[in-house]
Amino acid sequence: MTTAARSTTGTAGAAVAVDASAAVRRAARTVPPMGGFNRTLLAIELKRLLRNRRTMIFTLVMPAVFYLLFGAAQSYSNDNAGRGNVAAYIMVSMAAYGAMISTTGAGAMVATERAQGWSRQLRLTPLSPAAYVAVKVIVAMFLGLIAVFVVYALALAGSAHVDTAGIVVATAAVAWGGSLVFAAFGLFMGYLLPSENVMQILGPGLALLAFGGGLFTPLEDGSLIEEIARFTPMYGINKLAHAPLTGDPVQWWWVANVVVWLAVFGGGAIWRFRKDTKRV
Amino acid sequence: MTTTALHRAPRGPGAPDPAIEITGLRKDFGTVHAVRGLDLVVGQGEIVAFLGPNGAGKTTTIDMVLGLSQPTSGAVRMFGQTPRSAIAHGLVAAVMQTAGLLKDISVKETLQLTGSLFAHTTTVDSVMTREGITDIANRRVDKCSGGQQQRLRFAMALLSDPELLILDEPTTGMDVEGRRDFWAAIRQDAGRGRTILFATHYLEEADAYADRIVLVRQGRIVADGTSAQIKAKASGRTVRATLPGATTQLLQSVPGADSVDIRGESILIHSADADAVARYLLTQTAAVDLEIEARGLEDAFIALTSDTAENPDTPDSPERSAS
Repeated sequence: MTTAARSTTGTAGAAVAVDASAAVRRAARTVPPMGGFNRTLLAIELKRLLRNRRTMIFTLVMPAVFYLLFGAAQSYSNDNAGRGNVAAYIMVSMAAYGAMISTTGAGAMVATERAQGWSRQLRLTPLSPAAYVAVKVIVAMFLGLIAVFVVYALALAGSAHVDTAGIVVATAAVAWGGSLVFAAFGLFMGYLLPSENVMQILGPGLALLAFGGGLFTPLEDGSLIEEIARFTPMYGINKLAHAPLTGDPVQWWWVANVVVWLAVFGGGAIWRFRKDTKRV
Repeated sequence: MTTTALHRAPRGPGAPDPAIEITGLRKDFGTVHAVRGLDLVVGQGEIVAFLGPNGAGKTTTIDMVLGLSQPTSGAVRMFGQTPRSAIAHGLVAAVMQTAGLLKDISVKETLQLTGSLFAHTTTVDSVMTREGITDIANRRVDKCSGGQQQRLRFAMALLSDPELLILDEPTTGMDVEGRRDFWAAIRQDAGRGRTILFATHYLEEADAYADRIVLVRQGRIVADGTSAQIKAKASGRTVRATLPGATTQLLQSVPGADSVDIRGESILIHSADADAVARYLLTQTAAVDLEIEARGLEDAFIALTSDTAENPDTPDSPERSAS
């Protein structure tokens, strides 16, 4: 290995040998595969997220507590909600909400890293910007998965009831997969807002969107509020995630809502990301 | 005064690629010309001080060398490659003042993370030993002192065992002993063939530790050579006297004055014709306690970098008039 060669040539009088070995060392230098994307980086990024107490409270504890308050022990909890009970309906809502704030928060970590100058430090390494964003998305989706898992585990161990295991898997998969839209949103905001505490700005906004999307209170079909809500970014994910449980037929505008918002946030993230990594 | 380089790295057929090769580098921020046509070749194994006052364009130049910013015109190659390629191959590492650390991970994790990004590295333990931070390996970065964080930055830079190390004001915040240890280690590295370029505004550091000093002022190289060559280049002497109530304007009107400095009641006039200045001061002004002294590096620095030394807008170099 090159290091060993270097450490043994540190003595005086070996100048020629040093020159030769320097050329050998340079020739042996390669660029890391996949733009520097690797497991150590991924593991440390995950650890950072899981160690952050505030993140854990907002993303994991809060949705679980919301479920217990509004879903678990209410008079309506065991009412019928299609292929399961209302508690299960609220389980899906809170899991989707938890996944979305998790992925937003994880994506928005780039704001902190930019504010602290870490992004600049990374530009002095072989890590490619695309690999960096890939790590952020994977870490965000992992946290989203934990958020979904926590709410489901809590709910299914308690009063939530669904008819088949397939419904559990289908609703969880959609709630989790849909949170990708908010990983993009988090990245977009992370690149847009030069702040160390970007989630303090985004948190209340996400709560509003959750109301708008019908995650906290059901939207009355055909009402004016529902007409408006159709255009808000959590609406489509909410509807799609609940569909396997309620048995409601999937409407095209639910899918369109998700696709359009993913395009908007993803496009925004790419736009800001390009601006950030462009050398000025 | 011209900007002729006093020093060139030896080059010829078969010579290795220079560690850094900068040609015609310019950088404009709107109407501000931060770097105004800079050419520099740093050979492998050299220790070069990039010396200049604040605002001379040192950091702007280093940013362009590292590919952190794009030149308005001109080019940079490192080991015959583009900056990005040289960094991706782990040939170059830098310790920049503007680059940050993650606060929420430990010293060791920071190094593990950094190391994971390179194809070839030395070991985390070896760089921690070298920087004396083994005992704080598990400390969170935000619990480390400024000095410890600076050591960590060095450890990170050394992890990829780079051929070229670029340091922006490296010893800021270090105590005297830390500074001495730091430079001893750097010289040892250079002995093994590592090239070092460091930006500084500390004259003593440039004088004591660099093989070669590149003096920059207003975005251009005004002198390039060994410390002795630069002292000689700034020929002339300094006239020192006591003159209460002196103004810069008055002193600049003294015949033969190249640059002037007022320190309380003391005045300093740098001149190629110190005798004429002395004669004028003693006969035409109330100056007393007059002394004439030869210049040290500090005076050369002032003479070469002060605003009165030369008009930077005079088109005096071929690459400038050609552009």
